[in-house]
Amino acid sequence: MSKSVGPVKRTFAPWLDPNAKAYIRFENVTKKFGDFTAVDNLSIDIYEREFFSLLGPSGCGKTTLMRMLAGFDEPTTGRILLDGNDLAGVPPYRRPVNMMFQSYALFPHMSVADNIAFGLKQDGMPKPDIAARVAEMLKLVKLEKFASRKPHQLSGGQRQRVALARALAKRPKVLLLDEPLGALDKKLREETQFELMDIQYELGLTFLIVTHDQEEAMTMSDRIAVMDLGRMVQVATPAEIYEQPNSRYVADFIGDINILEGTVAGLEGPVAKVSSAGLDKPIVTEHAGTAKSGDTVWFAIRPEKVRISLDPPADPALNVVSGEVWDIGYLGDVSVYRVKLPNGAIMKSTLANVTRLVERPIGWDDKAYLSWPRDAGLLLTS
Amino acid sequence: MSNKLSWFNVTSLTLGFAFLYIPILLLVIFSFNESRLVTVWGGFSTKWYGEMIRNQALMDAAWVTIRVSFLSATIATVLGTLAAITMTRYARFPGRLLFSGMIYAPLVMPEVITGLSLLLLFVAMDFSRGFWTVTIAHVTLTMCFVAVVVQSRLVTFDRSLEEAAQDLGCPPAKTFFAITLPLILPAVVAGWMLAFTLSLDDLVIASFNTGPGATTLPIKIYSQVRLGVTPEINAVCTVMIAVVALGVIAASLYTKRVEVERERAERAAVAQAG
Repeated sequence: MSKSVGPVKRTFAPWLDPNAKAYIRFENVTKKFGDFTAVDNLSIDIYEREFFSLLGPSGCGKTTLMRMLAGFDEPTTGRILLDGNDLAGVPPYRRPVNMMFQSYALFPHMSVADNIAFGLKQDGMPKPDIAARVAEMLKLVKLEKFASRKPHQLSGGQRQRVALARALAKRPKVLLLDEPLGALDKKLREETQFELMDIQYELGLTFLIVTHDQEEAMTMSDRIAVMDLGRMVQVATPAEIYEQPNSRYVADFIGDINILEGTVAGLEGPVAKVSSAGLDKPIVTEHAGTAKSGDTVWFAIRPEKVRISLDPPADPALNVVSGEVWDIGYLGDVSVYRVKLPNGAIMKSTLANVTRLVERPIGWDDKAYLSWPRDAGLLLTS
Repeated sequence: MSNKLSWFNVTSLTLGFAFLYIPILLLVIFSFNESRLVTVWGGFSTKWYGEMIRNQALMDAAWVTIRVSFLSATIATVLGTLAAITMTRYARFPGRLLFSGMIYAPLVMPEVITGLSLLLLFVAMDFSRGFWTVTIAHVTLTMCFVAVVVQSRLVTFDRSLEEAAQDLGCPPAKTFFAITLPLILPAVVAGWMLAFTLSLDDLVIASFNTGPGATTLPIKIYSQVRLGVTPEINAVCTVMIAVVALGVIAASLYTKRVEVERERAERAAVAQAG
């Protein structure tokens, strides 16, 4: 198989095409459990062959959304359409979607092969075909040697692959993955992420994945939906979510970010001047967004876009603040400098450790300058 | 904490075991008594076992008991399992609390009351007493025990297994037989065995609800004892003790073995993965 995943992914953007037909559509879906609203009037279109992530903290409604698509819960109001068909009243065992459970939910009394064959048997597939499909699935997840093992004779990573093979065996239109990699250790998780992407691409499936791990969502997804309290806060590509978060919630949830509160002191097109209490000069940014003059706003900038130096930078176009080095975190590949500004706020700057620094030139309690270009940060209004 | 047995431990252990087992031990010993007098040792003999087998009335009673126990345990297991499923699965239905309370009530209900109330019911219904009334009465007695045992297993049952089966295209009823039942089977079997033994040795309820031709072994033994204890009765009781003890030991050995094998397999898997 040729590894042309990269370019294909770049041109894959059906959500930008106004004529593209949604494959999965949530239409004003609300789900209430008693007084608790798990999903709140939510609408979203997911396209064929998309790798779509639902990201959010526990209790944000992401799992409920997935369970409604699988048929384990029915929406209180609203509709769910799959390929144009309303799924209301269709029981889980008649839906062309398969789910990979967080606990894997492997049948403990059946062998690996029987687990994978279970769904095929329900469809009344002829025995030789079942055997062939099971062999194919075992090969896909590299577990040929483990066909006759019972689930409790497998390691965590192997169980995860059996669960994946079982969910894929029926060639579902949509595969739902509920925290699929949660139980794996970091190394295995990274490996499996890329395996999942390959499998999704190879089989041309639509993947809907629920996760609270932002790294996982960033790596694998075509688009990410960040959820909070049963609503979609932002739906966008990983890069957009990271570079152009639409709120403090999203900015804070994905990656690390510095947020400074201030007021818009001047506005010229997209360029805004923001004065923040305790800073002698206003911050200038080219990404004013929807902020209006006089608004209270939050200036957000990623730590890796903030440069730290011991001398004031010469370029007058840069935003510069000075402060005291409060803390240094050495993470191996990068170092994080936490600098205390005159107004008491802490601002972080990360520096890639490109050279092998035995002695750090910047130390604790040093007076340091933080600088960033005008286009590096953005204003958030909520 | 010291592992050594202090004199206090030894004494309490001895007293405890003595209290529990001396009567049973005496009964077993005297079943091998040559003498006709139960309390006087006349040398070793197995003749009372022979007598026991030749005693047609006793054998008939044993056969009735086995049939009643088998049938009532089976019915009680089906009903008890259904009740357990209802109580664990359907968390909210009107009267759930009342229902679960009423399931447990027979556990603590004096047997005399259960027996009498059933008798009154059968009389009111004009149901002729005999084999079937004893069986039904025993179902009433043992069903709650099965429900308790099965429910304790269902509480820890991973519901996502059933959801996974349905997700793969298996309708609910089929899911129960393909996934749920095989996994809770040990608890169901344990419930059945409990029901069987309870029914086997029940005297009170059986004597209230029995009729002609349906004398169970405990009733038979009780009525014979009233005429005087013979070593024959000791022999019957010894056989019953042996049967029950063997059953319990076999069941615990089986569960132990399954556990050990499972643990070994898990360790092997972990070792291999690492």
